[in-house]
Amino acid sequence: SHSLREMVSAALKQGQITPTELCQKCLSLIKKTKYLNAYITVTEEVALKQAEESEKRYKNGQSLGVLDGIPIAIKDNFSTSGIETTCASNMLKGYVPPYNATVVQKLLDQGALLMGKTNLDEFAMGSGSTDSVFGPVKNPWSYSKQYRERRRQKPHGENEDSNWVITGGSSGGSAAAVSAFTCFAALGSDTGGSTRNPAALCGLVGVKPSYGLVSRHGLIPLVNSMDAPGILTRYVDDAAVVLGMLAGHDPKDSTTVQDPVKPFTLPSLTDVSKLCIGIPKKEYLVPELSSEVRSLWSKAADLFESEGAKVVEVSLPHISYSIVCYHVLCTSEVASNMARFDGLQYGHRCDIDVSTEAMYAATRREGFNEVVRGRILSGNFFLLKENYENYFIKAQKVRRLIANDFVNVFNSGVDVLLTPTTLSAAVPYLEFIKEDNRTRSAQDDIFTQAVNMAGLPAVNIPVALSNQGLPIGLQFIGRAFCDQQLLTIAKWFEKQVEFPVTQLQELMDDCSSVLENGKLASMSLKQ
Amino acid sequence: MAAPVLCSGCPQRCWALVWVYGRCRHRRGAPVGSTCNWMRGQSSVAQQPLHTARKPRKGEPEWAAVVGLEIHAQISSNSKLFSGSQVCFAAPPNSLVSFFDASLPGTLPVLNRRCVEAAVMTGLALNCHINKKSLFDRKHYFYADLPAGYQITQHRLPIAVNGSLAYSSCAGTKQSQMTTRTVRVKQIQLEQDSGKSLHDDLRSQTLIDLNRAGIGLLELVLEPDVSCGEEAATAVRELQLILQALGTSHAGMAEGQLRVDANVSVHRPGEPLGIRTEVKNLNSIRFLAKAIDYEIQRQIQELENGGEILNETRSFDYKLGCTVPMRDKEGKQDYRFMPEPNLPPLLLYDTASLPAGADSQQVINIDQIRERLPELPRVTRERLVQQYGMSWDHSFTLLNEVDLLAFFQNVMKETRAEPKKVTSWVLNTFLGYLKQQNLAVRESPVTASALAELLDLLDSKAISSSAAKQVFEELWKNEGKTPAQIVSEKKLELMQDQEALEQLCHSVMQAHPHVVMDVKGNPRAINKLIGLVRKATLSRADPTVIKTILERKLSS
Repeated sequence: SHSLREMVSAALKQGQITPTELCQKCLSLIKKTKYLNAYITVTEEVALKQAEESEKRYKNGQSLGVLDGIPIAIKDNFSTSGIETTCASNMLKGYVPPYNATVVQKLLDQGALLMGKTNLDEFAMGSGSTDSVFGPVKNPWSYSKQYRERRRQKPHGENEDSNWVITGGSSGGSAAAVSAFTCFAALGSDTGGSTRNPAALCGLVGVKPSYGLVSRHGLIPLVNSMDAPGILTRYVDDAAVVLGMLAGHDPKDSTTVQDPVKPFTLPSLTDVSKLCIGIPKKEYLVPELSSEVRSLWSKAADLFESEGAKVVEVSLPHISYSIVCYHVLCTSEVASNMARFDGLQYGHRCDIDVSTEAMYAATRREGFNEVVRGRILSGNFFLLKENYENYFIKAQKVRRLIANDFVNVFNSGVDVLLTPTTLSAAVPYLEFIKEDNRTRSAQDDIFTQAVNMAGLPAVNIPVALSNQGLPIGLQFIGRAFCDQQLLTIAKWFEKQVEFPVTQLQELMDDCSSVLENGKLASMSLKQ
Repeated sequence: MAAPVLCSGCPQRCWALVWVYGRCRHRRGAPVGSTCNWMRGQSSVAQQPLHTARKPRKGEPEWAAVVGLEIHAQISSNSKLFSGSQVCFAAPPNSLVSFFDASLPGTLPVLNRRCVEAAVMTGLALNCHINKKSLFDRKHYFYADLPAGYQITQHRLPIAVNGSLAYSSCAGTKQSQMTTRTVRVKQIQLEQDSGKSLHDDLRSQTLIDLNRAGIGLLELVLEPDVSCGEEAATAVRELQLILQALGTSHAGMAEGQLRVDANVSVHRPGEPLGIRTEVKNLNSIRFLAKAIDYEIQRQIQELENGGEILNETRSFDYKLGCTVPMRDKEGKQDYRFMPEPNLPPLLLYDTASLPAGADSQQVINIDQIRERLPELPRVTRERLVQQYGMSWDHSFTLLNEVDLLAFFQNVMKETRAEPKKVTSWVLNTFLGYLKQQNLAVRESPVTASALAELLDLLDSKAISSSAAKQVFEELWKNEGKTPAQIVSEKKLELMQDQEALEQLCHSVMQAHPHVVMDVKGNPRAINKLIGLVRKATLSRADPTVIKTILERKLSS
């Protein structure tokens, strides 16, 4: 497979490149792509020090494994010891956690190099990575040869700079970081699609693992019962490596699986004829779905069928209620989770000291943006004694129905579901902000949210470029805790579709002397 | 003791110690005013027990009081309910605070097995039904010493329900009869304790100590089966003894390990229940009884004067002996309960339902805990009464003092003396000395072995009981001497020489002919002679022996 022809870890092992060189290349790319606003904090010193240690290990032949010396990035809603963790909010500006999230610790224990903390919608509430106190994240594809060339063909060439497209979100910073080659893998979080959505819009593999497979300890929560740490990489194999390292019981997270999880190794499927692919056509074929996505979805189904797989139409009758149901459950948990941000222990505190209540109110008004405040308000409304039965309890019941829909489909013999990830390719920022966060979130989560309700694993696989030259992805949804099977099928599909590599201006103009043509771009962690 | 309020000395922990300016103290703060001028002279009424309240008007039934208790018992465990922080009373402020306790974002609760076992054990001891599945919920309210903005509790499905607490008291002229009553236990739930707020009015600031934040509590909700302060006090005392016997809580009220809130209302029998008030800030059993009786009287008076009772929270002011309204939050608090999403349902098993091959570290077996239940106070008292022929009130006293029962049993193990003798010595002499010097049993200078040896000497008639008292007094000085040593040093042995004693009696009779004459008219005057003989023997003779000799000589 051409996408795997170069292997970073093999190169490191053989001494073709040292961890420090690799780290410096990525740091240089971070600087060159600063305008993307992918990173909130770049941890250059930490990364170089880690690289130095990694180099020693390689020299002594004591490499820690595939991830040793590999640059990674972490969404800024994961707690990192000694490194500012802001959630892209005024509330946590300047907050330096004293501990590492379990997933961060696991990556560091594997020798990974932490390049920095990536941008997001404030407290991960959004689907565009446009609502960050540090400003919006720009999609690297906006500056790709593929996108620019096609725009030039347009008769009325608009101002290039205003045409940049969003990354999707809320893990847009992590997606942009991987997509712009500033790291090989990044952690996102996924509560309603926050990893898969930017993966789709940035042409990446985005994995949302089964709920309970990966520890949430240290992930600053959005909705505890739906949050999952997400993985963004350029290739399925890379995602599998990372997931293999992260999965398993964590004594600090009581909702993680008790059974031991073995490291993931994905076999290369050659035969898909024994597979059954479910297509929830009725519910996913919505009028808003762009014709390009629709046609790619259909082609993908045909591909499976032509390779001998059983492709069946299935129905998930309650799934259309997932967004409204999510609205109630999400805002309720948000109202609860955000209660701790009162300015006393950590984070922002206002100057008002007339009374404790006045201090709380001003601190929270200054610390949270309108989206967060809006969700807190709605959530508290739903949790009021008089409303609890009518909203929260009902939404929980609907959630159960949605989860059962999936159970029924999988019980009928379906191995994975194949659906679109987003309605369309990325839209320009100026277009996106015409609607408010709430409207956008409701629109953009429709294909991804129900998966979180049911706690299932799902993955976005980049498939092709749109007419505009922007990525389009499709989503595979697997049975609970069958993450490995899901990724195996996704890997087969990835191989078939041969998604193109981003041709970034910076790589071609400035880095060509440093890098052999396109070499770094196509590097994967492992064959 | 007042907790220190300074931040210094723990620089790395300072993030957990914060200043809250302003006037917010509505929840558990001190009462607003220190006077209760709205109640003229009522505090004297409260001193009287309920049944002597003023007689009802003609045709009107008497008032009945309904009291429900809510009790928070701090679980005695090494670490907190959901974090690994140590639990330790009176540690330096904010020195026992984990990241979770300080509600750092991203931290998650991990349930402490010990606390669950304590809850199950307490539930079993109180005859509760143990729910094999129970759930955790979040209860939301903003308060400076509640860092997460919510408390994790068991609102919907608590760990134990439908139990009962039997409590007894001695009655009758000689405290010889025992009456037993029962109060139903509605539920027992596991929940987190909050931190402590220290209000500094002078600087208009509040200091927060999070050492207590997150310690495991058992909230015991009792049904309103109690009707006066005395009953409530007895029930709570019994509960305290049970918790201490189980080891599930130290249950000290002064230390805040046992906190009792009382819901009080009055009504006329046959009519619907009255509006209730909640009385808080009760930090001893005595105040609990006082506060409830006061509140009952206050409500009766209020209603009889045509007033009405407000559904409010009141605080007991122990200095004034009355309850005063606490400045309440405006309007009713809505706690916005929600399931705690980070804790799966708590599942318990019994031997029958235990999954095959289950890891015993991962599951809790109710039957195993039941087997480990120690003897409960009520059973202990029955045993004492039956085994030693003790009176009920003696059995109560033995259990009421910490470690006294163990002391008694140790003496019993080592002495040949009669149980009644031992009981009397332990409860009168020994306990008397302790009380006089305000000492706890474990601080006593006299060991159980020493007392046992002393009682043996007494039992074998080697010394008189007054000599024994003297020996005890010497033992109390704690100079490292054994009772036998003291007896021989002080020459306290009883005079065993019959002839010498006869001689002494003879001399005394001859020296006091008037007294001898008196005895003829008044036989009780013999006591004076006995006293004179004892004095001559330096109290070393058995008075009964002296009496026999004197009687023989007088009649001859």
